[in-house]
Amino acid sequence: MMGGLFIIITSQNYLKKIVGLAIFQTAVFVFFVSLAKVLDGTAPILTKSLSVYSNPLPHVLILTAIVVGVATSALGLALVLQIYKNYGTIEEKEIENLELKSDK
Amino acid sequence: MSNSFLLLLGIATPLIAALFSYLTRYNNNLRDSFGIIGGIVTLIISLRVFHGIQSNEIFEITLFNLFEGVDFTFRVTPLGSIFSLVASSLWIMASIYTIGYMRGAGEKNQTRFVIFYSIAIHAALSIAWSGNLLVLFIFYEILTFSTFPLVGHKQNSESQSAGRLYLSILVGTSLIFFLPAIFWIWLETGTLNFQDGGILINKFPIEYMSFLIALLVFGIGKAAIMPIHRWLPAAMVAPTPVSALLHAVAVVKAGVFSFLVVIVYIVGPDYLLQTNSSDWLVWLACFTIMASSIIAITKDDLKARLAYSTISQLSYIILGAALASSLAIKGASFHIITHALGKITLFFCAGAIYVTAHIKKVSELKGLGFKLPLIFVAYTLGALSIIGVPPFIGSWSKFYLIMGSLEREFIFVAIILGVSSLLNIYYLLQPVVIGFTQTRKKEIKLIKSPLTVWPPVITGIGCLILFFYSDYFIHNVNRVIT
Amino acid sequence: MFDLFLDDAPALVVVLPLIASAIIAFMPSKIWPWIISMIVLVFHLALSLHLIEEVSISKIIIYEFGNWEPPWGISFKIDGVNSGLQILFSSFVLISTFYSRKIFLNEIEAEDTGKAYSLWLLAIGSLNGIILTNDIFNLFVFLEISALASISLISLGAGLNRKALLAAFNYLIIGAIGATFYVIGAGFAYAMTGTLNMNDLIIQLSQYSDGQLAIFAGMSFMLIGLMVKAAIFPLHIWLPAAYSYAPSAVSTLLAALATKTILYFFARLLFEVFIIYENYLIIFLDFILFPLSVIAIFIGTLIAVYQDDIKKLLAFSSIAQIGYITLAFSLRDHSGITSGFVHIFNHALIKGGLFMSVGYFAILYKDRVTLSSIKGFGYKYPITSFALLICGLSLIGLPLTNGFISKLYLFQALYINQMYIPIASVALSSALAVVYFWKIVEQMWFSDIKPKPEKEDPSIYFPIWIITISIILFGIYSSPIIEFSTLSADYLTQGLQK
Repeated sequence: MMGGLFIIITSQNYLKKIVGLAIFQTAVFVFFVSLAKVLDGTAPILTKSLSVYSNPLPHVLILTAIVVGVATSALGLALVLQIYKNYGTIEEKEIENLELKSDK
Repeated sequence: MSNSFLLLLGIATPLIAALFSYLTRYNNNLRDSFGIIGGIVTLIISLRVFHGIQSNEIFEITLFNLFEGVDFTFRVTPLGSIFSLVASSLWIMASIYTIGYMRGAGEKNQTRFVIFYSIAIHAALSIAWSGNLLVLFIFYEILTFSTFPLVGHKQNSESQSAGRLYLSILVGTSLIFFLPAIFWIWLETGTLNFQDGGILINKFPIEYMSFLIALLVFGIGKAAIMPIHRWLPAAMVAPTPVSALLHAVAVVKAGVFSFLVVIVYIVGPDYLLQTNSSDWLVWLACFTIMASSIIAITKDDLKARLAYSTISQLSYIILGAALASSLAIKGASFHIITHALGKITLFFCAGAIYVTAHIKKVSELKGLGFKLPLIFVAYTLGALSIIGVPPFIGSWSKFYLIMGSLEREFIFVAIILGVSSLLNIYYLLQPVVIGFTQTRKKEIKLIKSPLTVWPPVITGIGCLILFFYSDYFIHNVNRVIT
Repeated sequence: MFDLFLDDAPALVVVLPLIASAIIAFMPSKIWPWIISMIVLVFHLALSLHLIEEVSISKIIIYEFGNWEPPWGISFKIDGVNSGLQILFSSFVLISTFYSRKIFLNEIEAEDTGKAYSLWLLAIGSLNGIILTNDIFNLFVFLEISALASISLISLGAGLNRKALLAAFNYLIIGAIGATFYVIGAGFAYAMTGTLNMNDLIIQLSQYSDGQLAIFAGMSFMLIGLMVKAAIFPLHIWLPAAYSYAPSAVSTLLAALATKTILYFFARLLFEVFIIYENYLIIFLDFILFPLSVIAIFIGTLIAVYQDDIKKLLAFSSIAQIGYITLAFSLRDHSGITSGFVHIFNHALIKGGLFMSVGYFAILYKDRVTLSSIKGFGYKYPITSFALLICGLSLIGLPLTNGFISKLYLFQALYINQMYIPIASVALSSALAVVYFWKIVEQMWFSDIKPKPEKEDPSIYFPIWIITISIILFGIYSSPIIEFSTLSADYLTQGLQK
């Protein structure tokens, strides 16, 4: 989790930031799913032989969150593509230089 | 005609005049005539109100409720009737004078000028007749915003920066000090209505009174007490009719009027005397009187000199309010009338000299006295009134103020008032002396401009004649504080 | 038959825009997406009005999706706290959609119109979800949908200025971090209580009334996440660029409503749920939110004074205004919460009106609106300029405008709590607001050029003037706003009184 956050903050490349974000989010998802684990529990299947099973709700929630995460990544990548088309680079420093020049 | 309708009509007249001026903007004569017509209508209404107040009539109208305990109300107080009379009568003079000046000096954007002039008068009248502190504040702000285009009228860099200074000081102080003070009063008392004897007694904590007075006096930046007087000299870049408006008719008078109203009808002079919370203000006012008089002496530009003279005269009124004794407050109320009349005369003269001879500096007035006798005589009359020489109307208010300071046993204050009169004599009469005694080497071309000459003559003569009819005003002045 | 609809009104106000959004996504026509959006939003307003009527009788409506009872199912809740906001939201989106047509025509490619309105409705539906949801995880979903929709809308501004892409990207990254923080917090809360439903959460949390580290950690994560989304100083860095490079219609929607809905939820979470841990709440409000708000008021206003780009100027002023709202909340009593909600309402109207007028200038000028570009606009486009003037005076807080009412209530709240230094800072900041606003006015009316009046488009200035008139109306007749805000505060302070 912190690794992902670290990548987002430190990397100068927009693509790497997206990767960092994905790692960060996935870590949180895993954390969430791990909450669901019940000791000695099995998959939550409705049969009479099993009485101890993991809580299914976090899985459901995370399924939603994964969708949201995918959408975020997709949108982010689309933006990176557009930025590349407009600026010819996806390095933060280079873009800053370009903008400084165009302001003058 | 019912009294409340009369009140609304009076307030609306300047706005209607502004509207008609806009509609007739392509016909200069017609456009400018609406200022005079509006002035006459408002004068008649103000006179009616003035007399009505004398005979204990009530003029009140409530339009709607603003928030708990505060309505949008107009109600004429005796003090308000005095201010409205001053504003409306001088508006007529100023309108006539404006025509002469603006055309003589060839100013641009005359329509905008006429319109905002009328709106400023509207705001001044509404301030005079406002029924509570919040309504007063609303029109106080409208007055600031409507005079901004007038101050920055020339639209060059100098007038632009002057306009900015003007606006930032006046709006800034009102938002930082005045409005919080109003909120504070409302939160403590639950009302903002003007009442005889004030609304703060037994409701406002005594220990914070001095602080509240400070918020009020510095918040009402239009009263131009030092150190927030800078906007007034800066605004001198405006055309002279504006200076007349600023100094005599509307802006500064609205400032000191507001402060006086707050002291008389919100704080209550008795409560002020009990708490002694305005004594510090007496000294600050004295300081302002002396300091600005001394600065005035050093100024060679006639309008700048008059500006500092105004600052000093305004502090007379603040001084009267701060002394809070009955005589001092009467003197302060009366001073609104006398100073307005005297100062507008002086400004009209300064403007007339500029239009006819294109001279702004005192030192260049040599020998002009004989060329422009009417203007110089009018100037002298106005100056003598402000100095406080009998038989000019200005002597009355000064007399009351000195009596008021003796009533409170502030001997030193009475001395300051005397010394300041001496300084007045020097810096106000010096131009006359230069004008009549020294001779001029080079002849200068004079442009005839009768419309700028006659208004100061009329107001100057007014300074003299009204001395004998001061009873007319005294009656309402006496009703200010009972 | 129609009653059937009305029973599902709480769901429909969210679902209807979302469905319509899917329908119009690929419409090639220029005008139909707008017409459909308008129809949907008229229904939306009708449904909201119906809901308010219901709430005024039954006090509270809880709508359970698919009849799954909490804590398993998702539920929506409408009560005194959010009913006022729902009305404001519904009416404002309708007006701004009406306004948006010509603006979108001018600012984005014609074939993108369908997509733009699709995203527009998506944002509206999900923001409305934030107002109504009673489930902390569901909130995350709505937060993210609204963020993704707004980001896409912002990036549509790239046709005018490519910086819009960078702004959108930054918003995406920072917003996603904020949302993920929020999810972590929600995870902690779930781990401790086994519920995500807010009502249930209150009951479950009170078991741990002396507090547990995991809960505090969870609460902190959630609050930080929301602070990012609500652009509370110093987590506001995404906001100025996002507001100012977005297409004008989008800035209007975002500035007026996006942060406001999140601020509402922020208040709800604080005063309805976290109130159980009063000590924690006091530490957070007094030592974190309160100082941050005072600083935000100062910094936001000061930066605004030095801006040349008018949309940026307004964006920084928004940061200061958000500071007013959080300052009011941090007082944590009835008067403070009331004044916070009053300002949420009033500021939504004021900023909406300002961004609308400036947005119109932007398409008239066909470039970014800077101070030098609006020279003489007061004469050139008098109708819009005058609306801008009134909105600006309201921003300063002069009497007879609704901005004054906000200020009055804020002063009252601060006074009751004896917070004298914030009073001074609010007063000072409103004086500084004069400075930056007057810079605009000076250019518009008192510059050296004085052009002839030009024709203005009624379909654009009509919605602007609706907002402007409501600003004056609510300044004079303020009781609707006051009543709704007091109601919100009544509900939210129930926990405090215990």
